[in-house]
Amino acid sequence: MKAVGQLRESMRKDRQWSFMYSLLDVELDLSLGVILYLEGVSVSFDGFKAIDNLSFYVNAGELRCVIGPNGAGKTTMMDIITGKTRPDTGSAYFGRTIDLLRLSEPEIAALGIGRKFQKPTVFEHHSVFENLELAMAGDKRVFPTLFARLTGEQRDRIHEVLGIIGLQGQTQRAAGALSHGQKQWLEIGMLLMQDPHLLLVDEPVAGMTHQEMDRTAELLLSLEGRHSVVVVEHDMDFVRSIAKRVTVLHQGSVLAEGSMDEVQNDPRVVEVYLGE
Amino acid sequence: MGLVRVTRDDKGGQAMLAILMIVAVVVPLLNLAVPASSPWHVSTYTVTLLGKYLTYALLAVAVDLVWGYLGILSLGHAAFFGLGGYAMGMYLMRQIGDRGVYGHPVLPDFMVFLNWQELPWFWHGFDLFWFAALMAILVPGALAFVFGYLAFRSRVTGVYLSIMTQALTYALMLAFFRNEMGFGGNNGLTDFKDMLGFDLTSDATRVGLFLASALALALGYLACRFIVTSRLGRVAVAIRDAEARTRFLGYRVDRVKLALFTFSAMLAGVAGALYVPQVGIINPGELSPLNSIELVIWVAVGGRATLYGAVIGAILVNYGKTYFTGAFPEAWLFALGALFVVVTLFLPRGIAGVVGMLRTWRRPRSSNGSQPEARG
Repeated sequence: MKAVGQLRESMRKDRQWSFMYSLLDVELDLSLGVILYLEGVSVSFDGFKAIDNLSFYVNAGELRCVIGPNGAGKTTMMDIITGKTRPDTGSAYFGRTIDLLRLSEPEIAALGIGRKFQKPTVFEHHSVFENLELAMAGDKRVFPTLFARLTGEQRDRIHEVLGIIGLQGQTQRAAGALSHGQKQWLEIGMLLMQDPHLLLVDEPVAGMTHQEMDRTAELLLSLEGRHSVVVVEHDMDFVRSIAKRVTVLHQGSVLAEGSMDEVQNDPRVVEVYLGE
Repeated sequence: MGLVRVTRDDKGGQAMLAILMIVAVVVPLLNLAVPASSPWHVSTYTVTLLGKYLTYALLAVAVDLVWGYLGILSLGHAAFFGLGGYAMGMYLMRQIGDRGVYGHPVLPDFMVFLNWQELPWFWHGFDLFWFAALMAILVPGALAFVFGYLAFRSRVTGVYLSIMTQALTYALMLAFFRNEMGFGGNNGLTDFKDMLGFDLTSDATRVGLFLASALALALGYLACRFIVTSRLGRVAVAIRDAEARTRFLGYRVDRVKLALFTFSAMLAGVAGALYVPQVGIINPGELSPLNSIELVIWVAVGGRATLYGAVIGAILVNYGKTYFTGAFPEAWLFALGALFVVVTLFLPRGIAGVVGMLRTWRRPRSSNGSQPEARG
């Protein structure tokens, strides 16, 4: 049976003759309505299984929250999706056809998987507008950049994103002068400028005030439908305010998945959280 | 379109260019049209001194481009300056022809002295001005390209890169000290007679070189402004402030660095080529690491990441050097050291920063300045 599987794999139309075309030219295939497939993924660091036979699917246009105690493998999962960490076994597909495990980090970023790290890094000496301009998708080679001028369309796009992240009034302010929350939004805006299909957002509300949390919730909800978003967050109140579907990770695999209410009433989840 | 974008929002640069233009008109007039007996007369010595300062200013602008805007603290720009200078020096040597001490029709004096029979291959072509001028730009550019390609691709940054650039100029200096290298060894190239048929000792030629230096400074300044006001300039500052983040956005950080570093080295080469005919000598001492460090001090004193600050710094520090080495020869190095300490402690943004501070002090509610604060 194994041989048949291997043969089938080697004869797949979209993979055959892969040397003849760039992997990046492959279209994102969303015909089953699923944008991300992680199947049977395991990874261990020095014998410690950070991810253990994890299977995780994200639908196109979905806003998904991932919760779990410390060390459950949330960040490692993000690392696998963005190509930072290679799993020992398992497969990771972006759409039906794009094998993420065969791509490098920048290639994955270029395909449209954007990641926001926990600590916001914006260009402090540039204005908010310039930060978004630099993040914009486009030709990033040296000479085109030297002679690049903003088209009206690009300007509109930047203003649209400024509207989404609620920083219209701060366009010319230096990013370094923004509050912590505003920096987080600016960084989400910078991700949006790259027109990503899938956004991975790591702890977006850490260190935010309640008002800022509410604004962030609005912002993430407004992305739903146009982008697929995966949010990793500790703050339960925040997760409740945005989540339709929640995935609970525990010891590197999925413990429960469902609506917030279902998950909260799941005895295994209660045990994991209360047992800590 | 370009010039408007380049000079807009650059009050300091506008003032600097205006002063430069006035000086470029007034000084030659006072030198050539006013009789030597008049108190208004500017001596040819002063014209040449000013011309020398202007070439230093261009060199400082080149350093500020990579240090202030890209965060590369190059301690090797003296090498690029020196190579440009040597290219011009080789042309001037060939122009001496048979008027040398030994009267050899082709070989420069030092080669005759070393008993060489024919011109080394790399001296061919330097009897042509255009060739020498091209080499004064291309040779520093090529060295910077090869060096930068290897260094930036391996992601060498910060103090390690500074040390490597310093080693580069030091190694080059030691090589040029050797007689076998064919560049006049310890004594370098000197005893120049004329350039493009003009006598180098005449007042008019001196004024011409002074004007060429002023023009080169203005054009070099505008070219650097064009870069720093472009999106590439904003990418450069982004690299300076958060290199990994810039790479993550999809910019090829190593290529940006390589392009700007090479361009900066070419500017330094131009400065060196204009410097040599005015001072009349080029020797390996010009390549010494100490010169590179001094030149970083000019930029720091003037104010990093402003470009016009580099011009102010280069001229002021060198004027100070001329004055101190004349009035109190022993005190110069102490004055230079003290200057650097004072600037680092009290004026982290240099003289240009003081100007900016005064402006915001006068109008406390003005919008935040667009001048990025540089980091070392």
